[in-house]
Amino acid sequence: MASLIPCPHCGLRPKEEFSIRGDASPVRPAPTASDESWHRYVHIRDNPKGRIVEHWHHALGCRRWLVVERDNLSHEVFGVTDAADWAKRKEA
Amino acid sequence: MSAFRLSHGGLVDRSRGIGFRFDGDDLRGYEGDTLASALLASDRLLVGRSFKYHRPRGIVTAGSAEPNALLTIGTGARSEANTRATVQELYDGLVAKSQNRWPSLKHDFGAINGLLSPFLGAGFYYKTFMWPAAFWEKVYEPMIRRAAGLGRAVMEADPDRYEKAWAHCDLLVIGAGPAGLMAALTAARAGARVILADEGFRLGGSLLSERVSIGNAAAADFVRDVLQELASLDTVTLMPRTTVFGWYDDNVFGAVEKVQKHLASPSPDLPVERLWRIAAKAAILASGAEERPLVFGGNDRPGVMMASAARTYLNRFGVGAGRKVAVFTNGGSGYQAARDLASQGAEIAAIIDGRASAGEAMPAGTRMIVNAGVTKTLGRHRIEGLVVERSGHEETIDCDALLMSGGWSPVIHLACQRGAKPVWSEELQAFVAPDVGPRLWLAGSAAGLSGIGDCLRDGSAKALDCLAALGKPGSAPEMPEVEGEYDAGFAPLWYVPGARDKAFVDFQNDVHVRDLSLAQREGFGHIEHTKRYTTLGMATDQGKLGNVNTVGIVAGMRGVSPAEIGTTTFRPFYTPVSFGAMAGTARAERARPTRTSPLHGWAKKNGAQFVDAGLWFRSAWFPQSGEKGWRQSVDREVLAVRANVGLCDVSTLGKIEVFGRDAAEFLNRVYSNAMLKLPVGRARYGLMLREDGMVYDDGTVSRFAEDHFLITTTTAYATEAMAHLEFCAQALWPNLDVRFVSVSDQWAQMSLVGPKARLVLEKIVEDDVSNAAFPFLAARAVTLKGGLKARLFRISFSGELAYELAVPANYGEAVADVLMEAGRPHDICPYGVEALNVMRIEKGHVTHAEIDGRTTPDDLGLGKMFAASKPDFIGKRLSSRFGLTAADRLQLVGLRPVDKAKELTAGAHLLKEGAKPSMANDQGHVTSVCFSPVLGRSIGLALLKSGRERYGEKIVVWDKLRGHDEIVAEVCSPVFVDPENSKLHQ
Amino acid sequence: MRYSALSILRQAFSGNRDWKPAWREPEPKPHYDVIIVGGGGHGLATAYYLAKEHGITNVAVLEKGYIGSGNVGRNTTIIRSNYLLEGNEPFYELSMQLWEGLETDLNYNAMVSQRGIVNLFHSDGQRDAYARRGNAMMIHGAEAELLDRAKLRRMMPYLNFDHARFPILGGLYQKRAGTARHDAVAWGYARGADSRGVDIIQHCEVTGIRRGSDGGVLGVETTRGFIGCNKLALAAAGNTTTVGRMADLELPIETHVLQAFVTEGLKPVIDQVITYGAGHFYISQSDKGGLVFGADIDYYSSYAQRGNLATVEHTLEEGVALIPGLSRVRVLRAWGGVMDMSMDGSPIIDRTPVDNLYLNCGWCYGGFKATPASGFCFAHLIARNESHPVARFLRLDRFERGFPIDEGGKGPQPNLH
Repeated sequence: MASLIPCPHCGLRPKEEFSIRGDASPVRPAPTASDESWHRYVHIRDNPKGRIVEHWHHALGCRRWLVVERDNLSHEVFGVTDAADWAKRKEA
Repeated sequence: MSAFRLSHGGLVDRSRGIGFRFDGDDLRGYEGDTLASALLASDRLLVGRSFKYHRPRGIVTAGSAEPNALLTIGTGARSEANTRATVQELYDGLVAKSQNRWPSLKHDFGAINGLLSPFLGAGFYYKTFMWPAAFWEKVYEPMIRRAAGLGRAVMEADPDRYEKAWAHCDLLVIGAGPAGLMAALTAARAGARVILADEGFRLGGSLLSERVSIGNAAAADFVRDVLQELASLDTVTLMPRTTVFGWYDDNVFGAVEKVQKHLASPSPDLPVERLWRIAAKAAILASGAEERPLVFGGNDRPGVMMASAARTYLNRFGVGAGRKVAVFTNGGSGYQAARDLASQGAEIAAIIDGRASAGEAMPAGTRMIVNAGVTKTLGRHRIEGLVVERSGHEETIDCDALLMSGGWSPVIHLACQRGAKPVWSEELQAFVAPDVGPRLWLAGSAAGLSGIGDCLRDGSAKALDCLAALGKPGSAPEMPEVEGEYDAGFAPLWYVPGARDKAFVDFQNDVHVRDLSLAQREGFGHIEHTKRYTTLGMATDQGKLGNVNTVGIVAGMRGVSPAEIGTTTFRPFYTPVSFGAMAGTARAERARPTRTSPLHGWAKKNGAQFVDAGLWFRSAWFPQSGEKGWRQSVDREVLAVRANVGLCDVSTLGKIEVFGRDAAEFLNRVYSNAMLKLPVGRARYGLMLREDGMVYDDGTVSRFAEDHFLITTTTAYATEAMAHLEFCAQALWPNLDVRFVSVSDQWAQMSLVGPKARLVLEKIVEDDVSNAAFPFLAARAVTLKGGLKARLFRISFSGELAYELAVPANYGEAVADVLMEAGRPHDICPYGVEALNVMRIEKGHVTHAEIDGRTTPDDLGLGKMFAASKPDFIGKRLSSRFGLTAADRLQLVGLRPVDKAKELTAGAHLLKEGAKPSMANDQGHVTSVCFSPVLGRSIGLALLKSGRERYGEKIVVWDKLRGHDEIVAEVCSPVFVDPENSKLHQ
Repeated sequence: MRYSALSILRQAFSGNRDWKPAWREPEPKPHYDVIIVGGGGHGLATAYYLAKEHGITNVAVLEKGYIGSGNVGRNTTIIRSNYLLEGNEPFYELSMQLWEGLETDLNYNAMVSQRGIVNLFHSDGQRDAYARRGNAMMIHGAEAELLDRAKLRRMMPYLNFDHARFPILGGLYQKRAGTARHDAVAWGYARGADSRGVDIIQHCEVTGIRRGSDGGVLGVETTRGFIGCNKLALAAAGNTTTVGRMADLELPIETHVLQAFVTEGLKPVIDQVITYGAGHFYISQSDKGGLVFGADIDYYSSYAQRGNLATVEHTLEEGVALIPGLSRVRVLRAWGGVMDMSMDGSPIIDRTPVDNLYLNCGWCYGGFKATPASGFCFAHLIARNESHPVARFLRLDRFERGFPIDEGGKGPQPNLH
């Protein structure tokens, strides 16, 4: 992964064009959700070894936030999805 | 004389002599020489001193694994320490110096360490130098540091250029020896885009050192023909002098091309080195094999050399390693070296074979001693003889060179950089690479093969595999016949018993066999522990020569197979890489981009002093003649603005246009204060929080239409804030109809501030800007006289009547000029960020000195901007955590010294009067200070525990760091001027 | 066996044949009072102080590889206590004091070298932030000094004073800071712990945590069988989450990779530890002569002990920007370590929701300097079931309760710390 990222909008682009935010699996809770779930959303991470999803921003490209599915041990990338599509799919 | 130049033969050009200098002596070589071959041709056997014992050392290899012949090349700012003479191309005027010796290479005081060696075993320093404690830093450590190290770095600015580039190919072939050449040829003929990279300055790899014939041609001619064909194809890029140093994710390889490292005066139009990131669909690693030294007593004497290196010097460079040559081998390589040297007239003193029987026949009369080992070498700065032991009988043999061969190790470094563990092969008695996935193949001797014919065939076969994987059909070229090959087979011989001198495993770091046994004895048996305890494999060659022998020896000591011992980890870089190559063009003033405001020219012609603010240069103050020091100018600017009117460049603020049906709803969620009902034509101060409830950034929000806003961010957070908004819109609330565009660079923005601001503005704006028509916090498009469309905001950072006028960037300077002209009757004053900062402190406004990532809105006195009634916004929920609402949180206050003459300093801490300085007693700290010319005294903003309850309290300002005496200050409201905000609305 | 100049002398005359193993290689016992998971610096130091300070010697340190194979053996060896916040400064200052007495205490020369550290500043705002930090150090009783440009130039003439993109205005100097020989720290603690009876068990990977019906920990399943314990202490750095999950811990940790680098050996050129303020870069020179340096993490989650090229380039760019004379110096080796990045950049030394399970993690990439205090305070916690006073803020629940210790002010995004 770490060298080239297949941006769904721009094609295969070098890592230098992206900035990385972190784990994409926590979902922002509803405003009415419990304190506990808000704390977990902001602070607790599964941090598995292996397949993960991560938020990357194509800052020097299309300016879209992306969800990169990757393996954090082998660094293989399985797929890259626009974060908006990802969020909508999760909602659905 | 022992080493010498042959009268003919080799690939050097005897018609082109080259002069160079070594330790002050003028020497000669030929074009095509390396520095090492030229030194050897001049019979300079002693070229360096080892790291610890300062033993005399000579050239051991003919390649990048060289541990001994490290020289400082070049002079002045172009000096380069630790350059391997064995890969340095010779050039006219080259200046080389030996290292790590004093006063000279021949007479080195450090050699006394050799006598002390019983006390200096592996890890000795962990066991001593502890008493007296103070002596470590003062005595022992400086001594060790001076003795350690190799060459000297001059630490001067580099006069040369560097650059970086990307390259893309179907197939990257690393190494241009037999396997690499054939792989490249096979793939190129199939139409693949091929890059062939090799660290050498002449492509051909080991073929350049061979006397075989290939397809009835000399090996070098075969190489020439293949290269000619490759060079004729558009799809092939040949990259000599290019070391592939790393294999990174996605089959991207890092490589450094030495573009002008072989020139005395590099052209300023070209880089000296170029970093390549090569994105390869597939790659073939044809990096060959490294010959292993034998570990015997005195194996480090100058004149002891790898057998294959001696063949390279002979066959490629026309240099004989000696006239009376002994060979110590456990395989065919030693015999081949003997044959090659004998064919050029060298006398073979003896072939000593560690195996039970001789491997191969030698011409009659050659002395063969089998089942024997060298236990000692004679001579001091060069070898003069050796002691061989066979069945308990010792014999001394005279020689002026000793060639050794301990077998071969495939060079698998790159293949194992990404976590794959090397695998021990019983058959090859070497570590080989495991399967490293579908995008990197190993070929030729890197894959464990030894014959040249086999390597040619394997290169082609692996290329066909690659082509198949890439979906390209290809066919194998006709394989030429190879004649004159030798059998490079060998039997393992890790250590020659009976050593009567140190038997080195790692030459450069002076690790010898006894260090290994000591490490085992002391429990450092894991190979990584052994390495770290003895420093084995940590020298500049990273164990290329010594590591496999170490594994064999340790395995022997422990009575297990080398497979059980394993290797240490291979990590980048394959060979060392210069900072310069990696830095490329990013250096000195161009280390980062520079941003200048569209009003930079205006500020400059008005005499501004500039200050760095992130990437920006901002106008800091505008000195006038006669003013002494910045403070005087700033005081004048502040007073002028507060009395009349001033003009300040605020173009660097982040400016983001927000559009969309849901723009208001969106902003309502990203700001902590209410934004939904912001009327069109109005601006509002806004606060953004992080999700953890801390203030993230502040700025203004202006509404131009129901579905169109412009927001500003601080200069520092412009980039981050944009990314943050995009994240919120795309990843959190993708169903909201909202879009952004950053217009920070599109608009020049200036603050027109002061009681007379309107008088000036009226002169240039068509629209009615009276207080009634354009009240405080109005924000809308206006037309300037002459027709230019602009945006006007009535917002104030200083507390004065103030406007921010934004015009398209290209008009910025012209409009500022017009404003200055219009303001002249009112004594308009250009002012910079220093005066801006003074005025905002006087008014109690916060910046990132206060918004330090640990403050809440309430801490900053902005609790009203936390709209708890809104159902949801970033940072709302976690703001209610206990710690964020605790009563003793730091809160923003003002400070004024009780003694008006005292000056506050930012970064000072606060203590209760009479309290002892301690963390527990720490009450907070001063965040921002200035001299207020309006109040005629120093004032400051501070974050103080429960600060807002403590107005009137006297507090001690403690800045011991700056050596200041304690100052007593009175805690007060952070708003020092116009607390009623009367000026804003006038 | 005691180490000294005399012992070296005596051994030299007997051919260095009588040196004893620095630690034993015991078989695991069926049960221990305390099991520590992780034979890195922190785990070994914890074992040492449990034995030395609290007399608890029936202790095992379980290490899946060889001891010191993690971050203690792959870092830039910097030790310092120049922190800002009350949650950190007293803790790191204790660590600094323990470093200062370490060699005498351990009878092992870990080459603690108080060469001093200088944090460079490049703007007035940065100067003030460092002033705040320096005063925080001094208010706690540590020393600090604010160096101006002239003084700095005398100390480090090779910095880019004349052609820098960002001018070097001065630096915050902590004289007592410096470096230590990283491997030796692990070995010294291991030897010290072993000599006090602690079992150091290498090549023993924990595969599960066995818990009783009350939820308490009974012991650990390992690749060498089940080992029981009264108390279980985790000091597993980048693998904390993996081990913690065996006891259903949910942690504020993300694992990231940090690269570090060393150049070829050079004669002494850099005396102090230097950190660049206009970028992220830190460098010092080892006693062997290599320049040891590093910069940012690679920013993405990773358990792989290797980094990417872009970060390598970025790091070396920063180096040349700060010290132009590095341009022709060659870098020998790069390595990567996996870091337990916490949500505020500060560590956790605390009990857990599981009664007899103790946690030490979140060191981000600053764990090396903390090694002595981490072991000291973790041992205190394990032995007495209460936090050591200087570690009382390093709590697991501080995020939920709203007491982050955020030195950088970056908020709950681990890769920014």
